[in-house]
Amino acid sequence: MPASKEQLEEIALSRKEYNLIVSKLEREPTEVELGMFGSLWSEHCGYKHSKALLKRFPTSGKYVLIKPGEENAGVIDIGDGQVIGFKIESHNHPSYIEPYQGAATGVGGIVRDIFTMGLRPIALANSLRFGPMSDPHNRYLMSGVVGGIAGYGNCLGIADVCGEIYFDNCYSGNPLVNALCLGIGRREDLTRARASGAGNLVMLVGADTGRDGLHGASGLASRTFEEQRELRSAVQVGNPFMEKLLIEACLELTRTGWIVGLQDCGAAGLTSAAIEAADKGNSGLDIDVAMVPRREKGMTPYEVMLSESQERMVVIVKKGCEDKVSDLFDRWGLHSDIIGKVTDDGMATIRDGGKVVAHAPVKYLNNPPVYRFRPRRPDWLDDLQVLDLKKIKEMTPKDTGKILLRLLAAPNICSKRQVFRQYDHQVGNNSVVLPGEGDAAVLRIQETTKAYTLVTDGNGRYCYVNPLVGGVIAVAEAARNTACMGARPMAITNCLNFGNPERNDVMYQMHRCIEGMSQACRKLKTPVVSGNVSLYNETRGVAIFPTPVVGMVGLIKDVKRHCTAGFKSEGDVVFLLGDFGDDRALGSSEYLELIHGVVRGTQTIDLRTEKNLHDLLIKAIDRGLLRSAHDCSDGGLAVTLAESCIIGGIGFKGDLPAHGRLDTMIFGEAQSRAVVSVSPGKVRRLEEMAFKHRVPVTRLGIVGGGRFVLRGLTDLPVNDLEQAWSNRIG
Amino acid sequence: MKFGIVVFPGTWSDRDCFYSVHNICGQDAVYIWHKETDLAGCDCIILPGGFSYGDYLRTGAIARFSPVMDAVADFSKKGRPVIGICNGFQVLCEANLLPGVLRQNEHLQYRCQWTYLKTENISTPFTNKCRKGQVLKIPISHYEGRYYAGDDVIKELEDGGRVAFRYGTPAGEITAAANPNGALNNIAGIVNKQGNVLGMMPHPERSCEDILGSIDGNIIWESIIAGI
Repeated sequence: MPASKEQLEEIALSRKEYNLIVSKLEREPTEVELGMFGSLWSEHCGYKHSKALLKRFPTSGKYVLIKPGEENAGVIDIGDGQVIGFKIESHNHPSYIEPYQGAATGVGGIVRDIFTMGLRPIALANSLRFGPMSDPHNRYLMSGVVGGIAGYGNCLGIADVCGEIYFDNCYSGNPLVNALCLGIGRREDLTRARASGAGNLVMLVGADTGRDGLHGASGLASRTFEEQRELRSAVQVGNPFMEKLLIEACLELTRTGWIVGLQDCGAAGLTSAAIEAADKGNSGLDIDVAMVPRREKGMTPYEVMLSESQERMVVIVKKGCEDKVSDLFDRWGLHSDIIGKVTDDGMATIRDGGKVVAHAPVKYLNNPPVYRFRPRRPDWLDDLQVLDLKKIKEMTPKDTGKILLRLLAAPNICSKRQVFRQYDHQVGNNSVVLPGEGDAAVLRIQETTKAYTLVTDGNGRYCYVNPLVGGVIAVAEAARNTACMGARPMAITNCLNFGNPERNDVMYQMHRCIEGMSQACRKLKTPVVSGNVSLYNETRGVAIFPTPVVGMVGLIKDVKRHCTAGFKSEGDVVFLLGDFGDDRALGSSEYLELIHGVVRGTQTIDLRTEKNLHDLLIKAIDRGLLRSAHDCSDGGLAVTLAESCIIGGIGFKGDLPAHGRLDTMIFGEAQSRAVVSVSPGKVRRLEEMAFKHRVPVTRLGIVGGGRFVLRGLTDLPVNDLEQAWSNRIG
Repeated sequence: MKFGIVVFPGTWSDRDCFYSVHNICGQDAVYIWHKETDLAGCDCIILPGGFSYGDYLRTGAIARFSPVMDAVADFSKKGRPVIGICNGFQVLCEANLLPGVLRQNEHLQYRCQWTYLKTENISTPFTNKCRKGQVLKIPISHYEGRYYAGDDVIKELEDGGRVAFRYGTPAGEITAAANPNGALNNIAGIVNKQGNVLGMMPHPERSCEDILGSIDGNIIWESIIAGI
C-alpha cells in the first residue's frame, strides 16, 4: 500500500521522492525502509539541497589529510607525526525547543565526531546568535544554551576555549547554536568510520535505546519551524558522564587493532551510523533490532532504527575479537551488545528476531537525490547595498566619548566574560591565551614547541547586505584573527546557517556566500576540511540573516612567539596597519545600526591587501617585533584602540589624522586592518617590514597612563571604558 | 618519589596532575583505577578533579564508596600525604577524611577563572616551601566549591590553623569581592587535624608553567616532595 500523505509529512519526504524510492526498489518500501529513507534523504544527513553548492569549496592543500565528507571530521597534518581533526556543527532547532538539552547534546554530538576518529578531543568553541536580550524569552534561551554547553562540556574535561555571541532581531525566533570540537592525535591512530570484511561484527555500545529524538534529522532539522511544541520529543537528553566514559573507552579501543571501524550514532541514530559505515566500506549489513538493548518496552523496529538516543557508538569488530572488546567496555562500566554482522551483498537487512523488516540496497539508501534550485537575486538587495551618507547625520567631535561608551556597551561588542567564565577553558593544560585576551585562542601542543590557534567568526549582517562580500569577510576575519596571534592560517570548518533553501532568494544567499567564502579560502590558502549545513532557519516566514560561521585553525612554530590584544608597556608606539578606508567603511557597521538605526551599505574587501596584512603580522610577531596586535573590526578603530587599553589595563594617548568624515574614520569597519603596538626601539624595523609587504602603516599614538585620549575628540579614564564594556550580558 | 593519581569514572584532571608532577616536576607517577585496593608503594595520593560518576547524586557521594577509598583512608591514617583537588576535595569531605561540605556556588553558576590564594599555614606538608602569607595564582573550575561547615567546625579549623588557603586579592587581602563562590571565611583549602590530608578547590596542576600563566602550583608539589 502506498504511503499516506501524513506518513510522508512525518518524515519530510515528498511524493516525488517516494515515487523514486518505489521505482528503485521496484516495490513499495516497508515501514522501516521508508523511515530509513526519510532520515538518510533528509537535508541534515543527505545534504540534498546543498551538495551541489558545497562542491565549490576548495578542499585540498598541503596540510589536508581527510577532506569533507570522507569521515566524521576533517583532518590536517601538523607535522611531527601529529594530526588535528576538527568540525563545527549546528544544533539550532533543538536549542530553540529546549535550550539546555539542545545545546548540551550539540556539544555531545560534535565531540563524538572527533573521538570516533581516534583523536582525543581537547578544545571546544561555540558560535551563538540570539535575539535581543531585552526580550525575556531570548534571555531564557541564552541562559539555557550557555548552561547546557557548560553543563555538558565541563563534565567531559574538554577546554572550551573561544567563540562569539551576536544579537539581532532576526534570531529571535531561531537562535543559532554552533559547536566546534577539535581533537589531536598521532597519524597512525586515525580510525575510519567504515564497515567492511564480511563476517565482522556490528556492536552497539553505550546508552540504551529509547524513543527520544525520533525524527530529529528528518523532522527538526529539515523543515521550517512553526509547530515547535509538538516536536519536543524530537529533542534528545544528554548524559555527559556516559560520553566521558565512551571517550576514554573508545580511545583505548582505537589503539588495540581489534576493530575495523567506529561510528557514532548522531542524527538518524542507528540508521545513519550503520548505513553510512556500510556505504563507506562497500559492504552490506545484517542487523537484528531484537538484540538492541532498550530503555523502554514495546518499541517497534521502526523506532529502534530511528531513535536518536545520545551517547551510543557503533563498533565494527574484527571477528574473534568480540570478547576482548566487550571486556574493555565492561571495565569502563559500559554496555556492549552484538547486534549484527557485516555482509558482502551490499544490502541493508534489518530483522526483528526471525522477521525481515527491511531489505534494501545500501547504495540506494545512502544516495539521496541532489537538487539544484535556481538562485534568484532578491529585488530588495540593490537598494540595501547603497548607503547615502548624506542621509546620515554627521557626528561632532565632542560626541566621540559618548558614542564610544555606547558602542563598548553594545551587546555585539561588550565583554563576553560573564559567559566564558562558565566554561572550563583551562583543563588539559594547553591554554596559553585564554578567552578575552586575544583575537583567537592559543593552545600549545604538548611535548613540542608548537601551538595552534582556534577562532570562530561570521558576521550575518554583512552577509545579509552583501552575501558575496560577507562570505569573503567571514573567512578573511577569521584569518586576520589568526594572524594577529602570530599563527599561519591552515584550514577551516564551516557551519552554513541559512533559511529555507526551497526559496530562490535564500538559494541566492547560499550561492553567493559560498562563492565568497571559496574565493577567500583559495586566496588565503585555507581549504575547507569539514562542515555542516543548517537550513530552514526561519520562523513564520522570517528567515535569519544568512550566517555562515567559520572555524579556523592556525599554527605557530614557537609557542613563545605569539601575541595578544592588550597594550603592554608605557611608551610603546601604536600603529594602524592598513588604511583608513573610504565612505563605504560605515556600511553595515555596528555604529550605523546602534546610533542611527540603519542596516545598509555594503562593505568592501580586497583579498590581496588582506593577505599582505596577514603575512606582515605573522612575520612581525615571529621576529618578536609586536607587543600587541588586535584585529580592527566591529566598532572600528576607536573601539579597537579602547579594547586594547581595557584588555591591557593601560591607557593610550593619540592623535588621529584628519581623513574624510569623522564617524567613518573612527567607527567605520574598513577591512584588512589591525592595531599593533611596538617598543620604541623596533619602530623602524616594523615600518620597513610593512613597506616591504605593501601594508600602509600609520602612527596613532603612545601607550601609557590610565586615560584613553584621542586629542581633540575624547579623554576618558580607562576605568570608565572598562565599566561600559563589562558586565553587560549573562 | 612516587605520586599515585586516583582515577574514578568521570575524573578529568588526572592527566593534568600526571603531567605536572611527572613532566614538570620530574617525579614518578602512576594512575590508580578506582577499583584497586593497593596503593602500589606510592608516597603521596592525589584525588584529582572531574565529575566522578557524573556527580549526579551529590558531588563525591558515590566515589567515596569506591574500593580505592578504603585504601586511601588507611594511607592517610598512617600520616602519609593525601591531596584532594576540586572533585577530590569533595570526595574527601564525603569520605569524612575532611570536615564540612562544598555547596553550589553562591551565584549558581560554574566558574573558571584565576584566583589568588593567600597561604595561611606554611607548616603543612603541602605548603612548607611557601613564604608566610605568600599569594599563589592558581585557577578554579567548579560549580560546587562553596566551602561550608557548622560554626563549631569553622572555629576548630580557624583556631587550629587548619585553613591552608583563602581566596584573596593579588595583594593578599581577604575581601568579599575576591571570594569567587561564597565560601565561608573565603576558605579555598583546609587540612585535617593531623595536617597530612589537604583538600583544595583550586587546581595547582594547571599552574605549573610560565606559558600557562603561572608556576605557583609547583610550590605545592615541591613542598610535598621536600617532605617525603
